Amino acid sequence: MPTILTEPLEPSFSLAQRLAGLTSVSACYQCKKCSAGCPLTFAMDFYPDQVIRLALLGQEAQVLGCRTIWVCSSCETCTTRCPNNIDIAGVMDWLKEAAISSGQALPQPDVTRFHQTFLDTVLMAGGRLSEPLLLGLYQWRCGSTLGKLKSGALVADLKMAWELARRRRLMPRLPHRLKGVEEIKAMFKKSHLSDTREKP
Amino acid sequence: MNVSYYPGCSLEGTAIDYAASIGGIGSLLDLTLTELEDWNCCGATAAHSINHHLSLALPARNLALAAAAGRDVVVPCALCFNRLKVAEKALQGPEGANLGIPYPGGIKIWDLLDYLTQDAYLKDLGPKVVRPLTGLKAVGYYGCMVARPPAVTDKKEAENPQNLERLLKVLGAEPLDWSFKTDCCGAGLAVARPDIIDTLVQRLYERALRAGADCFVVSCQMCQANLDMPQKRIGKQFSKDYYLPVFYFTELMGLALGHPDTKKWLAGHLVDPLPLLEKIGFGF
Repeated sequence: MPTILTEPLEPSFSLAQRLAGLTSVSACYQCKKCSAGCPLTFAMDFYPDQVIRLALLGQEAQVLGCRTIWVCSSCETCTTRCPNNIDIAGVMDWLKEAAISSGQALPQPDVTRFHQTFLDTVLMAGGRLSEPLLLGLYQWRCGSTLGKLKSGALVADLKMAWELARRRRLMPRLPHRLKGVEEIKAMFKKSHLSDTREKP
Repeated sequence: MNVSYYPGCSLEGTAIDYAASIGGIGSLLDLTLTELEDWNCCGATAAHSINHHLSLALPARNLALAAAAGRDVVVPCALCFNRLKVAEKALQGPEGANLGIPYPGGIKIWDLLDYLTQDAYLKDLGPKVVRPLTGLKAVGYYGCMVARPPAVTDKKEAENPQNLERLLKVLGAEPLDWSFKTDCCGAGLAVARPDIIDTLVQRLYERALRAGADCFVVSCQMCQANLDMPQKRIGKQFSKDYYLPVFYFTELMGLALGHPDTKKWLAGHLVDPLPLLEKIGFGF
């Protein structure tokens, strides 16, 4: 359900200024075309147009802490349709990265963990993603094995893994280490990925 | 024709069936796909979500490899295609210098569906059809990343692409019109938020059925996975018995052109397409 703000806002323009290198959120005239076409609004706490508005008003805690940015699937419908060429999906990405760096509690830890585990796996596997490694590591990092066992989710996951494995679509094998693995490592080093890690 | 080929990580794994069908039809179409040597992961949704630098640097390295190979590069995965296009734009812009990856340009990045539905290919394809897919009522499902946003993908038809339908007609199938061909399947949320996939995909099932479709045809392995793998689960949840096979367009090309391995490719699906094919008189 969308959230209604009850407190009066104290606008600040620093966030909009920081976003200006990416896109001009101040061009938004609230036509709400982004929200009208967004297929994920049912899972969001703010509609995309509200995120843009709050960003414009500098409501940093609200936009960095909201669920919307994490359940956005990056389908790019909003960015495509915005009459003012605001890269709305790009703003969602920017906010995700800023939210992690800010060190505040994140509302969708599993989604964040999946992204982080994905990139860790690429580095670990030498430059390409190993899907079995990703899925295994992600499950392990999520913990709560007992809860999953009780709810039946673990059995369902294992059944699906088996269905894929017997079709040779999920094969545990040694990762393919690239010749350019040092280049990949250098990219990760330059990316400061470890700084954008969720604080435990 | 000889082009560079960037398969992407999942075509070495969960979409190995898609990879096999691409190799198979390449041989029938006189198309040599030369795999880019030493290619790396494009970073996918994870990188563009949480690490801007990696989201550009990872695909940029692949572009540099492709430029060195000196041929256009064809990409079957919709997201890989999209990320390579984003990197192409970045390398040509002010951010390019910061990436430290020299890219001379001069090559074109194609998504596989676009490449194979160029006018010349479609014209040559007609006479090669040995078993037209008569009676196959299908909705084409493009998903998001091959077309959106057009400022990145350089596509003219972002809202209502038609090339999959054009291809299906050449293969003898009956492509149906529907409004959800570029709607999102939930993509990479499949692992962390499967409940979101269920809501989005159930809507796609219902809309496809309402259009009169017996199946989906896709060009993206993420779409294929999200429509195919949870079909039983979604059916259970909504108390409906869905049966909507999800074909890769390359598999349908294999069927129509009589590639002997097509049945093997189809065996990779969770929703078995053989009963549907038998129903329309397409037994093996």
